[in-house]
Amino acid sequence: MTPRDWRIFVITALFIGFFPWVVQPVKAISHYVDVMVFAGIFTIVCLGISLLMGYAGQISMAQAAFFGIGAYTSGILTARFGLNPWAAMPAGALLAALVAWVVGIPALRLKGHYLAMATLGFGVIVHIVLSEEVAWTGGPSGMVDIPGLQVVGLKLKSELGWYYLVWTVVFLVLLFCFHILHSRVGRALRAIHEEESAAEAMGVPTARYKVQVFVLSAVLASLAGSFYTHYVTCLNPSSFNLMWSIRFILMVMVGGMQSLWGALLGTVLMTFVGNEWLHVFADFEVLVYGAILLLVALFLPKGLVSLVPRRAAARSI
Amino acid sequence: MEEISKSPAVPILELREVQMQFGGVTALRGISYGIPSGIIQAVIGPNGAGKTTLFHCVSGLLSPTSGEILFRGRPIGGLLPHRIAELGISRTFQHVALFKSMTVFENVMLGRHPRTRSGFWATGLRFPSMRREERRIAQEAMYYLDFVGLADEAELPAGALPLGKQKILEIARALATEPSLVLLDEPAGGLNMRETEELGDLIRRISETGTTVALVEHDMNLVMEISHRVLVIHYGEHLATGTPDEIKDHPAVIEAYLGEG
Amino acid sequence: MDSFTFGAALLQYTISGLTIGVIYALVAIGYNIIYNVTEIINFAQGEFVMLGGLFAVFFTQTIQLPVSAAFFAAVIVTGCVGFAMERLVIRRARSSTVLSLIIITIAVSILLKGSAMFWWGKNPYSLPAFSSGRPFIIAGAAVQRQAIWIFAVSALVVICLTFFFRRSAYGKAMLASADNPSAARMVGIPVRQMILLSFTLSAAIGAAAGVSITPISLMEYDRGALLGLKGFGAAVLGGLGQFFGALVAGMVLGLAESFCAGYLSSGYKDAVALVLLLLALFFKPEGLFGSREAAKLKKF
Repeated sequence: MTPRDWRIFVITALFIGFFPWVVQPVKAISHYVDVMVFAGIFTIVCLGISLLMGYAGQISMAQAAFFGIGAYTSGILTARFGLNPWAAMPAGALLAALVAWVVGIPALRLKGHYLAMATLGFGVIVHIVLSEEVAWTGGPSGMVDIPGLQVVGLKLKSELGWYYLVWTVVFLVLLFCFHILHSRVGRALRAIHEEESAAEAMGVPTARYKVQVFVLSAVLASLAGSFYTHYVTCLNPSSFNLMWSIRFILMVMVGGMQSLWGALLGTVLMTFVGNEWLHVFADFEVLVYGAILLLVALFLPKGLVSLVPRRAAARSI
Repeated sequence: MEEISKSPAVPILELREVQMQFGGVTALRGISYGIPSGIIQAVIGPNGAGKTTLFHCVSGLLSPTSGEILFRGRPIGGLLPHRIAELGISRTFQHVALFKSMTVFENVMLGRHPRTRSGFWATGLRFPSMRREERRIAQEAMYYLDFVGLADEAELPAGALPLGKQKILEIARALATEPSLVLLDEPAGGLNMRETEELGDLIRRISETGTTVALVEHDMNLVMEISHRVLVIHYGEHLATGTPDEIKDHPAVIEAYLGEG
Repeated sequence: MDSFTFGAALLQYTISGLTIGVIYALVAIGYNIIYNVTEIINFAQGEFVMLGGLFAVFFTQTIQLPVSAAFFAAVIVTGCVGFAMERLVIRRARSSTVLSLIIITIAVSILLKGSAMFWWGKNPYSLPAFSSGRPFIIAGAAVQRQAIWIFAVSALVVICLTFFFRRSAYGKAMLASADNPSAARMVGIPVRQMILLSFTLSAAIGAAAGVSITPISLMEYDRGALLGLKGFGAAVLGGLGQFFGALVAGMVLGLAESFCAGYLSSGYKDAVALVLLLLALFFKPEGLFGSREAAKLKKF
């Protein structure tokens, strides 16, 4: 991490740390803590998307599917088999990794539009399975009564507890991703994005790296899915459909794909926008999303962070 | 230097009947040739002769339709490019293929890839081994930037360099993989006279470090001045080989070039 | 099960598979036209189908046009939507990255779907068949009259397109712009107009598919995505850019789906076409009839 990244990191951490103290006493906005728990969960997904799409340049329209795999694995293992949530979480991550690996090896040989279609198709298939396997998933009506989380023997009841837990995880994941980016692995990923055959000729096993970063993004999405499950304690396949994959991508795009800070900023912003204001449109929310997506892609393809002037333009991480 | 070119050195790279077909088009019609170790080998020929295709085959970006490519006696035809880079062949590209938004420094650091090993876990969790490795990568990358004379531009985005320096940066990136054979695809293309002269010096210095250099080049002055051996290909066929002086007066070569114009 | 009903059921599934397959083929042809000229995969292609169906509903029910007039009206209006999409959106995105282009066509598809929900609500709509009358009974299997219409419409589209691209100067110019835009521009082909035409044409063809299928399977605002995906499956399986291949591949997909629904599980019938799409993309991205060599030269 560059000194600049550390500065932003500390400022962001302080902001997140004090945020509940400011908003909780004010009745009108005390539910912002709850919104921020969701924002944190989504950020974990979106950091993976930033690595995969922003840095390595590989398109995935299936992130909601991996989010769903984590969510349902946690839900099924804990609610139906009584497994400890902390044990179910890695199980979900492992399953997501395995699926991503099996799908990724053939899929990531494709590029651009084809890769987008392939991952989109895969995402729809997962959604169909979640809706059809009624015996396991409860089908279209979903699952209820999923246990919450316990931290060192204490039941995590308050939103505040959840808030700090989730955001601690977010910051750990953020550090993990930053360290990857500022290393030979990160350089290899960016090289693949820019000039794949040159990267390959310089000794980067491009196929392996593409699959690995896809698996990593799937694992992050799955972890986020597990947290989501235990936070809302009920599941419904409609939270894991194509529209959600697109929403995640929109979050990252709004902030700026080629920046982890952009992913974080965009996710928090869009989660607030979605939760606080867009619901007045009710069913027509989707129109607003389409419009934002179109405008961002056309006029601000590098996201909000591209509006921030920077001194050393070269250090683009 | 004369001695090297005359000594019957062991070939570092040996082509045996290398053929490359694209659909109905044959780009290479069975090229056989050995590049002696430690020399500067030029590959020349009229446009479309198959020179770049040959480099693509050697570096693994294409796998030859038939024939064998031996690197230090080991067959490498059909291996993936990153494996070939690990074995010790690196290259530059006719049309500059830098990672343009990465810095000059990062471009050369990427060249250290095949000689380093930290993976996702080691880098993400910042193992001490990975930190040591990153420090070493930075030092070594700086060494190669110094070697080619781009140290002052280290922090610029590669895309911001003028073309001449981009070409030099590509060479630095290639050298950073520690190749024993480096393929330069038209390194002087788009360079002015002074830059071409400096390039010639750089190629000589690379050769002096013991790295074998093979270059495809249209600038005949440069070829004649620096290379020890010249391979001429024409319509995908081996037309002539020899020292620059032999090639200059070779009737078939003269005809190929004049016939084209 | 006695052999007669087994045979009749088999025939029935085959017929309905072929019918829906032809629709997928039309969607695939829509992809192909745009791809041929721009190398863009238009993720909003499925929405054109949905719009075609719903516009036809509007013209028959609200404006009380006869079905045949409504067919053409819906095709023309949807064609205009394609025209507008190119003019207002795609043209601005000329210099975008592939990722941005994908996002942009997806955004358009969301907007079209949302607008459709706005106007028509969430209910499925039906449309009278193009000609009334009892279904034909062939060897115990019923063939709806509308199915015959669907085959006729597709045959007409394929014949017209083949003629258009092979014979007419305009069609040849379109192919040339696809092949090498800068060279086409140099010989005086208005490449921009060709791109505009490709979007209009493919929207119109999508709409034709949508109007034809609505009497059989109804139409609602959110049907576009799945129809689009399956149509894309047909396009890939048939070799992207090839009309005849798309036709055959569409029918293969339709049959697979119909047999799955009939003999295995109707819940998974949508998944079957998607699995075939993935298999095609993974193992035969050049399509059943495309050559690997040719596919190599195209940039995916």
